[in-house]
Amino acid sequence: MAVLGLRNIKRHIRGISDIRQITRAMELVASVKMRKARELLGKTRPHFQSIEDVINDIIIYIKEDESRKKKRKVGHELMEAREVKKACYIIVSADRGLAGSYNVNIIRMAQSHMDKQAGEVSVITIGQKARDYFRKRDYEIDGEFTQISEDPTYASAKSIAKLCIEMYIQGSVDEVYLVYTEFLSAVSYNPKLTKLLPLEPKIKESVEDKPQTVKFMLYEPSVEEVLNYLIPKYIESMIYGALVESATSEQSARRVAMKNATDNAGEIIDDLQLKYHRARQASITQEISEIVSGAEALS
Amino acid sequence: MASTFRLQIIAPDRIFYDDEVEMVAVSTQDGGLGVLARHIPLVAPLVIGRVKIKKGGQSKEAAISEGFIQVKRGYTRVITDSAEWPEEIDVERAEAAKKRAEELLRSRKSHVDIMRAEAALQRAIIRLRVANRL
Repeated sequence: MAVLGLRNIKRHIRGISDIRQITRAMELVASVKMRKARELLGKTRPHFQSIEDVINDIIIYIKEDESRKKKRKVGHELMEAREVKKACYIIVSADRGLAGSYNVNIIRMAQSHMDKQAGEVSVITIGQKARDYFRKRDYEIDGEFTQISEDPTYASAKSIAKLCIEMYIQGSVDEVYLVYTEFLSAVSYNPKLTKLLPLEPKIKESVEDKPQTVKFMLYEPSVEEVLNYLIPKYIESMIYGALVESATSEQSARRVAMKNATDNAGEIIDDLQLKYHRARQASITQEISEIVSGAEALS
Repeated sequence: MASTFRLQIIAPDRIFYDDEVEMVAVSTQDGGLGVLARHIPLVAPLVIGRVKIKKGGQSKEAAISEGFIQVKRGYTRVITDSAEWPEEIDVERAEAAKKRAEELLRSRKSHVDIMRAEAALQRAIIRLRVANRL
């Protein structure tokens, strides 16, 4: 009996140390991938921010122009809000799990926002996790992209952007939201939801270069032409930015999850080890007392 | 000494160039555009083409694809989908791309295909031109 108990504990310890080995390996892999993703993130942020800057400049320019009432109203079809009959959500998730609450958080955020929509909703899913979730619940899926979450390319961002711009122009959706995970630091990341279309840039009050000379900005060949080019570009880079942010967050979420798993496994092993020693000690004590009592009986 | 201004060329995956320069020349949708210091603020979309940068009497060239240029006071930036120095260009790949695009254009498929092939052809030609400059 005692021997069986010992053997069981031993087997349990071995099992858990195997798991710990795997989780530790995954932790290392995730941290290498995270480092790579972070590098990419650092390189892509300037591009995205520049485009945002220029868009904001144009918006300020248009607003000032309108207030001076010298010219006709300039605008773009992607900037005009209309009645919302159907909203589309682009949801950036991971292809794989084992990343703690990463996937759950992003899906929950999208879901709670959707529940508040009066009209219809549809989704464009990125990553298997979001696809599986929304497919199981019979949501209308306008597009699905998998195998790009870990290693996002500009080309895939471009095709997603194209898809949602087309849908918006055709009028099959009236609003497009982008749900992704923003990477703040190696241990903190936030699910974030932003409205992609219709375009309504938040005018940041940047301290360094306020409206500076914006009044005399020249748009070649015309403001409309520039907007025609710039708005799709902006959408693309927003999506690309979201993909890169999410990829980085995914890896760091996975790293943290695996680190916790490894630590927990360590604790369990320590516990079991203690149990094992106790059981071993108990069985030895028992054997000795049996021998002693046997010897006493003989004498 | 000619006066200078700060030029940044930003690609999606890196800051391609960031320095004080005397002049930059790009090709916009309306044609060539040269920017010197104290140019009037401007925004213009760019077509696939060459960027010429002049700094300290020496000039440099790079191949870029679509993008746009924004000129502000003392600061100019070019934002593009891709940018390459001559030495970074993979001549073999560009030649292969050129051949492929030409074949596609000869075969005449749908409208979209032709536009894409033309853009690919243009990129390949620009790359080859920039690379051969060396």
